[in-house]
Amino acid sequence: MSTIIITIISLCAIGVVSAVILYFVAQKFKVEEDPRIDVVDGLLPSVNCGGCGYPGCRSLAEAAVKSDTLDGIYCPVGGADTMNKIAEALGREIKVEAPKIAVVKCNGNCDNRPRTSQYDGARSCAIQHSLYIGDTACAYGCLGCGDCVTACTFDAIDMDITTGLPVVNEKCVACGACVKACPRSIIELRKKGPKDRRIFVSCVNKDKGGVARKSCKVACIGCGKCVKECPFEAITLENNLAYIDFEKCRLCRKCVAACPTNAIQEVNFPARKVEVNMPKPTPTPKTVEKTTEVAIETPKVELDIKMTRVEEPVEVVVETPQVSTIEEKQVETVQVTEIETVPSFQAEEQQADAIKTEEIQAELAKITEALREENPELKTQEEVKTINN
Amino acid sequence: MLKTFKLGGIHPRENKLSAGEKIKALPIPEQVVIPLSQHIGAPATPVVQKGDTVKTGQLIAQAAGFVSANIHSSVSGTVTAIDYVTDASGLSKLAITIKVEEDEWIPEIDKNNKFLPNITLSKEEIIKAIANAGIVGMGGATFPTQVKLTPPPGNKAEFLIINGVECEPYLTSDHQVMLEKAEEIIVGIQSLMKAIDAKKAIIGIENNKEDAIEHFQQIANRVLGIEICPLKIQYPQGGEKQLIQATIGRSVASGALPISVGAVVQNIGTAFAVYEAVMKHKPLFERVVTVTGKSVKSPGNYLCRIGTPISQLIAAAGGLPDDTSKVIGGGPMMGRSMINIDSPITKGTSGVLIINEKEAARKTARNCIRCGKCVSVCTMGLEPYLLEKLAVTNMLESLEIEKVMDCIECGSCSYTCPAARPLLDYIRLGKGRTATMIRNRK
Repeated sequence: MSTIIITIISLCAIGVVSAVILYFVAQKFKVEEDPRIDVVDGLLPSVNCGGCGYPGCRSLAEAAVKSDTLDGIYCPVGGADTMNKIAEALGREIKVEAPKIAVVKCNGNCDNRPRTSQYDGARSCAIQHSLYIGDTACAYGCLGCGDCVTACTFDAIDMDITTGLPVVNEKCVACGACVKACPRSIIELRKKGPKDRRIFVSCVNKDKGGVARKSCKVACIGCGKCVKECPFEAITLENNLAYIDFEKCRLCRKCVAACPTNAIQEVNFPARKVEVNMPKPTPTPKTVEKTTEVAIETPKVELDIKMTRVEEPVEVVVETPQVSTIEEKQVETVQVTEIETVPSFQAEEQQADAIKTEEIQAELAKITEALREENPELKTQEEVKTINN
Repeated sequence: MLKTFKLGGIHPRENKLSAGEKIKALPIPEQVVIPLSQHIGAPATPVVQKGDTVKTGQLIAQAAGFVSANIHSSVSGTVTAIDYVTDASGLSKLAITIKVEEDEWIPEIDKNNKFLPNITLSKEEIIKAIANAGIVGMGGATFPTQVKLTPPPGNKAEFLIINGVECEPYLTSDHQVMLEKAEEIIVGIQSLMKAIDAKKAIIGIENNKEDAIEHFQQIANRVLGIEICPLKIQYPQGGEKQLIQATIGRSVASGALPISVGAVVQNIGTAFAVYEAVMKHKPLFERVVTVTGKSVKSPGNYLCRIGTPISQLIAAAGGLPDDTSKVIGGGPMMGRSMINIDSPITKGTSGVLIINEKEAARKTARNCIRCGKCVSVCTMGLEPYLLEKLAVTNMLESLEIEKVMDCIECGSCSYTCPAARPLLDYIRLGKGRTATMIRNRK
């Protein structure tokens, strides 16, 4: 019995003594760490992809806490949301960057770029690149062994087996791992663009036009047509290769149409040359919407917009407001010959719509004026309202 | 018991199909394309312009820097272009294109076939003559010879080791040169010995070339300081460090040069080129190339002008067989398959090997079974399976610790792997990346 008691007591004593020692040691060698690091770390996505340039999320957190301005610190995975939260937590200002996505700048599939040899070495682009030109005649294009697919930790790149080219899907967080993995620097991080719409030169061939064209049907031949066509000076030509600056590009698609080899690609744009019938209750201006006293009926404006290529002035035919006023008004046709803003396809509905609405409003205002001249007692809804009030 | 190197090595089937075939001169082509970078180091700077008329042996590009080599015209004619030309691997390289008009040699060259045994030049003059002639290592590594002959201060060359091993299967060009030009080679070796003040020269020849060993032994008996060393057949005996160990039994430390153990290694072909440069003032503008392969009609050894299209060499050997799968520049172990057979023969082309479909088929790589065969054959004492793994995961620091830079890329590991893993492919990639990392560190 006493043995048990002695054992228990001695063990307890050892426990207490070690606890005291451990406590003091812990106090002595305590690592002081800014508690904000944990906070920031908690806000980060914890995927440790290295896309920010730091070894992991925690390193980014440490750097963010240390840094005064948060300059050059950006988590591409978390994006603007995360960065705003971090800035808020640290009480700092941040410049939010537009979200980016990896873009594969090669369109040399089997049809466009015939195979000239067969590669049977190790399945690695880096190895193939170090050995020779690759299995096509293009010394710059995609080698198709999928180093980028292996490098991606977000499952955002797949090899398309029909084309032999990598395809980036919506899971991409723009961490840049594939950019580093590609030995031919085909992949670039570009601005995601509104509604994921992007225009880019899908070629990295720096050969002279003839050589490039020989090796691939859709190669950039450095003709410079797109450079001339671009109204925003977003395209530069260097080493026989055009490059579209995504910061300057306004997605007008003029260059796409101008490119003789279809090297410029547009992504997520709707099909072109669409006949657009604008919906009925068109942006009817409030002013004429419902007239009370004078009862100007809602003008049923029917827009018939023929979408054509950009060069031609767009016709907006405003088929008269069939106004059944007191005095009958004859049908009027207004021709709007110029819509100055760029997007002349349905794609940019919103912008275009807004512009058209303005145009229509202006026209309707004119009509209203004309009506008013003839019948001075004619009052608009708003005027009626004010009077009523 | 024949001598050989200590560690690793393999013995692939020799397949010396063109052995014993007399050296035939390949007709001069209509046009030659002479690349400006036929050697390790900086590409040469052209000294001729488009439209210039050049003679055979005339300097057309000058060495740019210490590790570089002169390039001479191999024909006489008009320079039609100095532009980018597609090389054997499909990439564009700067080259001088000359349209051949006739074969008029520059007057300095002694065209007489008379054998000249007496070296009259001094040590410095010999090195200068070699540098002027643009001689590079003819075994395939193409390291400028004059650089090897000027050892860094504090090092003294005791031995000159001549590489007559030709351990690559199929190739026979060195063998044939040894049989036909033995006297000249001996004079070349004496010039090299004089250039580096070496008292002894050892010619290492593998035992599968018994006729060459006998032939040399008869001649060398009359010459002081030259010894013939028959070697056991073992690949990669032609490697510099392996040959030093096989012949004089000294090991070169990791990262060190052969001169650190008092040895300078030169190829048989280089020794012959040195003879021609020193005694006949003839620059390096032609070399012996083996064209061979199991499906080739008449494998043989041809004396080709530098810049001759490889397709012409193949045509001389009976044309490209129908079942050709790969055309390899060099031997089957270390050579590189080419995609453009119109590319020119260069100073380093020791052979053109045509492989048929059956031979070229590569097995599908399977998982490593940890059998350790690659480790046992690695002549540098490395662990190829580990290097491959590290290269795949891009662990460059670990690769450096595992001495990836010692790898001589002989391909024994890939040859022996029962799982057909592309070991060398990955090791070469890792080696390249590690080299870049080390370079950037400085």
